[in-house]
Amino acid sequence: MSESAFDPTDFPDPHLLGIEGLAPPYISMLLDRANEFVELNRTVGGKLDTLAGRTVMNLFYEASTRTRTSFELAGKRLGADVINMEVSTSSIKKGETLIDTAMTLNAMHPDALVIRHGSSGAAKLLSEKVNCAVLNAGDGRHEHPTQALLDALTIRRRKGRIDGLQVAICGDIVHSRVARSNIHLLNTMGARVRLIAPKTLIPTEAERLGVEVFHDMRAGLWDCDIVMMLRLQSERMQTNFFPTLREYYHFFGLDYAKLSAAKDDALIMHPGPMNRGVEIASDVADDIGRSAIREQVEMGVAVRMACLETLVKRQEAENGR
Amino acid sequence: MSVKLASPLGRVAYVNARLLDPATGLDAIGGLLSDGEAIVAFGPGLFKDGVPEDAKIVDCAGLCLAPGLVDMRIQISGKDFENVGASAVAGGVTAAVCLPSTTPVIDDRAVVEFVARAARKAGLVKIYPYGAVTKGLEGKELAEMGLLAMSGAVAFTDGDKAVENANTLAQAFSYASTFGLMIVEHPEEPALADAGCMNDGETATRLGLTGIPKEAEIIMVERDLRLAAMTGGRLHFSHVSTAESLDLIRAAKDRGVSVTCDTAPPYFALNETAVGDYRTFAKLSPPLRSEADREAVVAGLKDGAIDAIASDHAPRSEDMKRLPFADAQAGGVGMETLLPITLELVHNGHLGLLEALGLITCQPAELLGLEAGRLKPGAPADLILFDPDRGWQVTENKLVSKAKNTPFDGRPVQGRVMRTVIDGRTVFEMGDA
Repeated sequence: MSESAFDPTDFPDPHLLGIEGLAPPYISMLLDRANEFVELNRTVGGKLDTLAGRTVMNLFYEASTRTRTSFELAGKRLGADVINMEVSTSSIKKGETLIDTAMTLNAMHPDALVIRHGSSGAAKLLSEKVNCAVLNAGDGRHEHPTQALLDALTIRRRKGRIDGLQVAICGDIVHSRVARSNIHLLNTMGARVRLIAPKTLIPTEAERLGVEVFHDMRAGLWDCDIVMMLRLQSERMQTNFFPTLREYYHFFGLDYAKLSAAKDDALIMHPGPMNRGVEIASDVADDIGRSAIREQVEMGVAVRMACLETLVKRQEAENGR
Repeated sequence: MSVKLASPLGRVAYVNARLLDPATGLDAIGGLLSDGEAIVAFGPGLFKDGVPEDAKIVDCAGLCLAPGLVDMRIQISGKDFENVGASAVAGGVTAAVCLPSTTPVIDDRAVVEFVARAARKAGLVKIYPYGAVTKGLEGKELAEMGLLAMSGAVAFTDGDKAVENANTLAQAFSYASTFGLMIVEHPEEPALADAGCMNDGETATRLGLTGIPKEAEIIMVERDLRLAAMTGGRLHFSHVSTAESLDLIRAAKDRGVSVTCDTAPPYFALNETAVGDYRTFAKLSPPLRSEADREAVVAGLKDGAIDAIASDHAPRSEDMKRLPFADAQAGGVGMETLLPITLELVHNGHLGLLEALGLITCQPAELLGLEAGRLKPGAPADLILFDPDRGWQVTENKLVSKAKNTPFDGRPVQGRVMRTVIDGRTVFEMGDA
């Protein structure tokens, strides 16, 4: 791979807890680096020793196959030892254990901790208690920064830019950390963001995040370059956000009829896992010409490599190692 | 009833003091004489013919000598009366009213007596208990309010939750008014509040935290006002935190509804942004509100819509606070910051010194019918000597309280209690540090 001007010590923070507050050059820095890894990952046996001898720990308090696997693969491609902590949700009594676990893990001197947790702010709390880099792999409904970065990389590769694009984020916004991270990133990078959902799934004062809010799919999708669908997070819902899935799909499920309002070359994205026939029609999801859903997964590994490398190298430079 | 009568107290002459008595509007340089546990006399010219020979002299050096603070809402965690007392007197609180959510709950005469006895034994702050409105604070059957009042419960409340069932509360108002008893409500509609952990709005949205809409308070204030008017009950709201609640309370007062209310320092000195990056010390109940609501609370203190300020002292262990925000327990310690944060209203030009002091002395005492909070010959010598201008920074290691969960952590403040006297005895003295 080509040598770029990449210097991890430029990165402003020791952790990656969220996108909010991250300035455009640092987002670009991570995306540029990730883009270099994409090619590497496509070559047979493509593997580096950048993080050889370093330990990355995955600490997942919520079930996740794709994100955990993606981080694991990212760490291994960089030559790091990756350990998955088995956190069986049954034996965890939330917070007290989080601090205790943090202390225990810290004593093992990992170089990076990747955490997913059901409570907003959990990654921040962990970062205050450990000496290593913390990567937020999703905290409650707060942020999921690597998802936003991989979405941005996907968009940049397909559209050549982010600046000036019209992006619609549709569906269960209120419960979505993916939506929050994407709103911050897309706004920071100059895109215009619309949210489309029934009022019950739009968070309070969402407009204050710098977005336009729509409650009608066709109106919201009109002239959009990017259509980001979100998964309905039934597990986070109490009752009565909407009456039935049938009604939800009728008004807010993405099908070709609604999609026709967007630009002809509008890109369809979804962070997965999809509920086919709930928020997105199967034929739309599988439309190779329009859907970037599989590419998103590929970008995920590259983006996580960039993040792990940046934070671990930055930390080592800081510690003079 | 005091247990500390080892040596006779004798007479104490407080000389060279700035005497402040909000109840009478007294603000003058003068002296105060106490004998044993009681105030004998005070006034500008008291010692003009000299100090009585047998009196011990306390030179106040021009600092403010005022009635001890009356804190109408504190929580006692477990049975730690010693530390509560130490924290209280360090903050100048000489009388405090504790919520019935002790262990066991104050819904029985024996518990009222136990609390009074435990507080006397600790020998520091005078603790008065609230009685429960409903047995076990469960919101179902009325507690024995009449008997509890006879034993010393000063008013009635279900603590940090409102009486949810409107009919139960109506009956409670109606029954309590038989004996002229006051019911104190934490106005919050539980169905709107229970899932949330901070004020609903932009900050909650950014942090990905479930919000509690201000309507949770407003709805309950409106409902309770209607029920009080319907039954002729005597109603007091704790820690009012929103502009619209205050408008409702003003209007009800104008209509002649028997209602009063208090607020707590966080609600006029902080807003929701204090939550910052998931600071669990700023997780309170009710939640810190918007800046517009904070301003409205200040306005309510200025125009008299709010009758008192209570510390809302709620000690929480580290284990209860070092958690993800949604899981952390709400509440903050407050007795040691009650005076300086209230004095911010004076330093910021919102209130006069006597007005501000009245909100934490004679006014709460009057609401609860306590003989406290004013300078009066013959009354117990419960006094504080404070420097209204002395600057300090609120930090963990400056708090006497074992629980350190103050929402004002790190805040520079002005105003420091230098000496606290209860029943004629000095129970706290500030070092020079």
